[in-house]
Amino acid sequence: MANEAKGGHMSWDDGWWAYAFIAIAGWLATDLWRWLGVLAGNRLREDSEALNWVRAVATALVAAVVAKLILYPTGILEQSPLWLRLGAIAAGTLAFFVFRQKPAIGIGTAIAALGIGLFLLGF
Amino acid sequence: MDVGQSEGTGRDWFLAGMRGIASLPAIILMLSFVGFCAFTAQAGVPVEQVVFMTGIVWALPAKVILVGSIMSGANLLTAFIAVTLSSIRLMPMVAALIPEIRTSRTPTWLLLLLSHFVAITAWVFAMERIQTVPRQHRIAFFAGFGVTLVLANMLLVAIVYRFVAEFPPIIAGCLFFLTPVYFLASIWSSARHPVIYVALVIGLIAGPFFYWLAPEFDILLAGVGGGTLAWVVERAWRMKQRAGT
Repeated sequence: MANEAKGGHMSWDDGWWAYAFIAIAGWLATDLWRWLGVLAGNRLREDSEALNWVRAVATALVAAVVAKLILYPTGILEQSPLWLRLGAIAAGTLAFFVFRQKPAIGIGTAIAALGIGLFLLGF
Repeated sequence: MDVGQSEGTGRDWFLAGMRGIASLPAIILMLSFVGFCAFTAQAGVPVEQVVFMTGIVWALPAKVILVGSIMSGANLLTAFIAVTLSSIRLMPMVAALIPEIRTSRTPTWLLLLLSHFVAITAWVFAMERIQTVPRQHRIAFFAGFGVTLVLANMLLVAIVYRFVAEFPPIIAGCLFFLTPVYFLASIWSSARHPVIYVALVIGLIAGPFFYWLAPEFDILLAGVGGGTLAWVVERAWRMKQRAGT
């Protein structure tokens, strides 16, 4: 079996094993929490300290992913300077807070700053 | 959206939910999916698997982590742990939404089925607008939005995949950047608990720190370590506030 030979690893051209890998590590790993959320829905106390901790861990996880995407991007952005990416985030953050925390404004400003920077750098 | 009408049939509300595809959160999400598509194309993921992943995993951070784990050569267990830890946030999200959308007669199997459509965008959209929908039609409204959003993005990914590789570098770069920027803005603006802000800031610092310290388990450590620190800090601050007043 392909998967046994690979010791549980996968590559994109593994056929059924690639789909099984996505189903287990992707679908099961996410829907598990959605199902638990349904079951907990009525019983969970919104003001409990345990839920507060879960929220903190969950948010920090996504934030860590975001930081990695900004600092260590793949593809074309890998060749862009770090100061440009951080500068675009800073510009977006500033616009976001100046304009009453509207996501569209923060997102638009950050993307525009990045685009202009890439253009000026000759990308 | 016809939120002004107080009644109507379940079909009307399903259609009202479907029209949510033209809302700002849905449009930003679709642009983020074009960016994700560019990311997967560059990572060498075949288009069939990208479409499969979009439908079956749905949550964008989970998919980014899944693809990242596979690229770094993680085995099934490591990838499962990384993805599942990033998805814990879905549990309180779903748990908070369920009491809002169900009636006493809603079967549990239907809620389990519909919970699949919960991810950041659908959740923010639903929590914002569900109050304007008559309770007996909330399931139909959420289903209309959730199902449409997932199917539209599966179709979108299937169509744009072949073009993203030929995008001008500036467009490809901007689309890729949309994902982290969108997460930052949407998490901050949809946060309803002070601990979210603290955790977001600490997580942004903890991510690179643990990447430098232990690159194999960085996301996991940043989540548990950074999140716990954020919880301790926010709790201490809250206790102090309470004692001070």
